[in-house]
Amino acid sequence: MNIKISDKKILADISGSKIIQIKISAPDIAKKAKPGQFIVLMATEEGERIPLTIAEIDSVKTTLTIIFQEVGLTTRLLAKLNAGDSLYALAGPLGHPTEIRKYGKVIIIGGGVGIVEIYPVAKAFKEAGNEITTILGARTKDLLILEEELKKISDNFYITTDDGSYGRKGFVTDVLKEILSSFVPHPSSLVYAVGPIPMMRKVADTTKPFNIKTLVSLNALMVDATGMCGCCRVSVSGKTRFSCVDGPEFDAHLVDWDELAKRNKIYSDKEQHICRLYNL
Amino acid sequence: MKKEPVKIKERQAKVRAKDFDEVVLGYSEKEALDEAARCLQCKNPLCISGCPVGIDIKTFIYKITQKDYIGAYKTIQEKNNFPSICGRVCPAEYQCRKACVLTREGEPYASQLAISIHFLERFAGDFGMKSNTIKPSHVSGSMPYVKKVAVVGSGPAGLSCAGELARSGIKVVVFEGLHKLGGVLRYGIPPFRLPRDILDYEIDSLKKMGVEFVTNLIVGKNKDIDELFKEGFNAVFLGLGAGIPSFLGIKGENLCNIYSANEFLTRVNLMSAYKFPEAHTPVNIGKNIIVVGGGNTAMDAARCALRLQKINNIAAEATIMYRRSEVEMPARRLEIEHAKEEGVKFKLLAKPLEFIGDEKGFVKKMRCIQCKLGEPDASGRRKPTEIPGSEFEMSCAIAIIAIGLNANELLTKVTPALKTDKHGDVIVNPETMETSLKNVFAGGDIVGGEGTVIEAMGMAKKAAKAIVERLFDSLTPH
Repeated sequence: MNIKISDKKILADISGSKIIQIKISAPDIAKKAKPGQFIVLMATEEGERIPLTIAEIDSVKTTLTIIFQEVGLTTRLLAKLNAGDSLYALAGPLGHPTEIRKYGKVIIIGGGVGIVEIYPVAKAFKEAGNEITTILGARTKDLLILEEELKKISDNFYITTDDGSYGRKGFVTDVLKEILSSFVPHPSSLVYAVGPIPMMRKVADTTKPFNIKTLVSLNALMVDATGMCGCCRVSVSGKTRFSCVDGPEFDAHLVDWDELAKRNKIYSDKEQHICRLYNL
Repeated sequence: MKKEPVKIKERQAKVRAKDFDEVVLGYSEKEALDEAARCLQCKNPLCISGCPVGIDIKTFIYKITQKDYIGAYKTIQEKNNFPSICGRVCPAEYQCRKACVLTREGEPYASQLAISIHFLERFAGDFGMKSNTIKPSHVSGSMPYVKKVAVVGSGPAGLSCAGELARSGIKVVVFEGLHKLGGVLRYGIPPFRLPRDILDYEIDSLKKMGVEFVTNLIVGKNKDIDELFKEGFNAVFLGLGAGIPSFLGIKGENLCNIYSANEFLTRVNLMSAYKFPEAHTPVNIGKNIIVVGGGNTAMDAARCALRLQKINNIAAEATIMYRRSEVEMPARRLEIEHAKEEGVKFKLLAKPLEFIGDEKGFVKKMRCIQCKLGEPDASGRRKPTEIPGSEFEMSCAIAIIAIGLNANELLTKVTPALKTDKHGDVIVNPETMETSLKNVFAGGDIVGGEGTVIEAMGMAKKAAKAIVERLFDSLTPH
């Protein structure tokens, strides 16, 4: 099977870590994919299987858009591929799609590359007739992605940067707290957040006192991503669940964040070692 | 007649425990002849009744004694498509060899004296594989296909069913979710038990017979059963395998460096983590690796772990912890012996109660308890019970949980019309292996829980026969 990259764009590039968008021709997957789902890919035959969120499907349902940040060896190798190059393997769509329905008000929060995940979900919630409030967070202005796309579909739109280089200085939760304090959230409202673990955890802590339903999409480590290995297991409400087949979305108030943060660092040493070896 | 069984040649434990090359070297022609000559050629051969697919063992062994090795190979192939694979992975001591007249009645597994049927099968299989005289009976493209069958999963059941159907002149497309073919034969069984060139040979043979393989396609996610029929498939065979690994359900089980055996073996075997960093998938290794369980998967995991310790120059200390005693272990006796020879330790009649971690969330020790055996349970094996006050602790850098699998629900969940039992396994008509959906058949672990390779192949064969009858019957008007 030939899995071709049809397009590549560098969305952000600061201090050696790029955020890259690629388009992959995969009609079989594109036809089936729904917001909230992911694919698993291998850049090369020796490569790892890594899960990545499907950011967008083109209108004729033949091409997937994938956006990723260079963090480990696999994403760095993937970043070296160009339009016309092929991936070794691609499978999906995986995980449960987001349950799209009319909540009324939906607050969507994206941090870093997590913004990729919220984009298709926000679009789908908008199409379902919800009022969309979007809060985007980035470390710094140059790392902010999909701003225009999300602005277009949002009824209210906020940006925060850690360093204050753009939008408001601070965290997404600063804005979230203000919003939640300024109106009595309807019990049927929804907060949907994707980003780094500390961010999702802070969102969960912020919404909990308001008793507002909060969903997060987790980025656990995976191997097969079809429920076979249990690498991606997370404790949700004290029960072991597999992110790949039971998730990737879970109730933010029930996730054991400590455990997830630790499990996602299982291979940190090896990751650094192999990146050094390959000079990446 | 030679009374003593002919010992199989194996690589020295010290040497082989440092690599992933095959452990058992197989019989030479002379050794095979000597071993075959021990067979009593019973008038009423019991061994055959012990084989899940009913291989005519008596005849194939007789053909070996006559040096008709191709004949022996063909005899086996009448019932089993993959003698080279089964000769290596079949738990013969619980099947044909246990039924062999040379095993005393009432023994838990075959006696040493029982004929080494599995090694003779392997000999015949490897001979057939190496000799180019064997050509697939149907060459692709020789005639147009009238019927088309989709096989879901490329493990033992899927490959076996595909082979049978292709031989009957049916077009077969096998859909595999992973990037490589072979299912558990690839991700589960380590290369030192089943060399990959053998698996590749068998898959290539199927390709030559016209079987088409599609990897990276997950039926249930990417396509559903209805769509397969709409695409023109006349029947579907589900060989999805068992799916979700079981965990112990004890405190601390999600600490870092606690693996399911499936994850550990998939990393090592499918993703070649033993070649890290040339292969990019990592697996963590440390001192004190504890594998919980007593089946073949536990043996495979422990032996892989030990090899990885040696490859990484870590003092080898891999322990199998099992709550019953050695006799009750469901693993092949040969694997238990091999594990011991290589230096795997056994902590029997003990089970973990809790995993304890360090501040970074990595497991560092296990709290365990001794067990004693009580009355037989539902499985017929004596039930282990905890001995009060016998708690103890063990250091543990890596834990591997090898206590079994639960049903794979990826497809059944999205196919409500496909009836499953309380375990989530697909319900079939035992005569035809047809599911509650018309023209959808199933076999292997998705039906029976955790069976052996040969049992999966047996079910697949039965299903293939029913599929052929169904499809070709429909061609002749009633």
